[in-house]
Amino acid sequence: MSVEPATLKSLVKAAAEQVIASAPELTALDQAIGDGDHGTNMKRGFEAVLGKLDTIGAQPLDEALKTIGKTLVMTVGGASGPLYGTFFLAAGDALSQKRSLPEDIVEVFASAVGAVSNRGRSQAGEKTMLDVLYPVLETLKAEVDRPDVIERVRVTAREAVERTVPMQASKGRAAFLGARSVGHADPGARSSCVLLHAVCNALEARP
Amino acid sequence: MNDTVGIVIVSHSKDIAKGTADMVRQMVGSEVKVAFCGGDPDGGLGTNVSLIIDAINNAWSPKGVAILVDLGGAETNSEMAVEMLESDRRNMVVVCNAPIVEGAVMAATEAAGGSSLDEVRAVAEELSAS
Repeated sequence: MSVEPATLKSLVKAAAEQVIASAPELTALDQAIGDGDHGTNMKRGFEAVLGKLDTIGAQPLDEALKTIGKTLVMTVGGASGPLYGTFFLAAGDALSQKRSLPEDIVEVFASAVGAVSNRGRSQAGEKTMLDVLYPVLETLKAEVDRPDVIERVRVTAREAVERTVPMQASKGRAAFLGARSVGHADPGARSSCVLLHAVCNALEARP
Repeated sequence: MNDTVGIVIVSHSKDIAKGTADMVRQMVGSEVKVAFCGGDPDGGLGTNVSLIIDAINNAWSPKGVAILVDLGGAETNSEMAVEMLESDRRNMVVVCNAPIVEGAVMAATEAAGGSSLDEVRAVAEELSAS
């Protein structure tokens, strides 16, 4: 697909800046049910992505996604590095295989979510980022042709984070808390929502 | 010296990784190559894919490398590191499902006897059998 380098750069920049700005919130969520480093880790990873913005902006979209993925893998320093890294690497791989955006968004997103599930050996309902990614995938499948699909994705992501509150974690550090993980939103679900909202907002703001 | 399986120790804490490596060396001396790493890219608690890749290459042996990890992120980052190795090395590295200290000491002791990668992994993972 052809994405103007300026568009790609502004999209990545907006998403990275939004994640960085939400670091205190992500850390607070992670302090409640984890080891409290999710905000710091995501901030470090997306600052590294910002540092490569010129490279990313000059690459075709599939390569740009892989650069983002590899950067996150190498810099985040927690499990979220390989998990988010895998999301972007798999999306880039899917695009390299003769798929293009926006036409094949459902297929590309499905590949990325499936790869995260494999990497984390996790399914929906375990109080993780997948509890946002799977509902958003379902919304995309059902509503991709609707003119308000961007707003539908935003609403789905926001509601999906809330639905992690009553869940009991069975993956990651939060699983050690057992029933005490109930009553808090999942930090990974929240960071996925932040990223998706940032991308949605940036897509809408395009001239 | 005959080749022995190399051992890599990956903890969230560099102190734990180093302490575990010290205990391993007490058992096997220099008969087995041991490498360790711990800490995120800024030196805080966490794990770091590029340090794990370096550790695997430092402990490299033609018989392969067994990795011992502590908690979830260390396992996920180790699996990612293995996938990023050169293709001819990728299939010669395993992440053991075993407690880090006991697993590392037992794996290294088994490796010192010249055992294969599968044998070394099996001995470490006996500790996790229920």
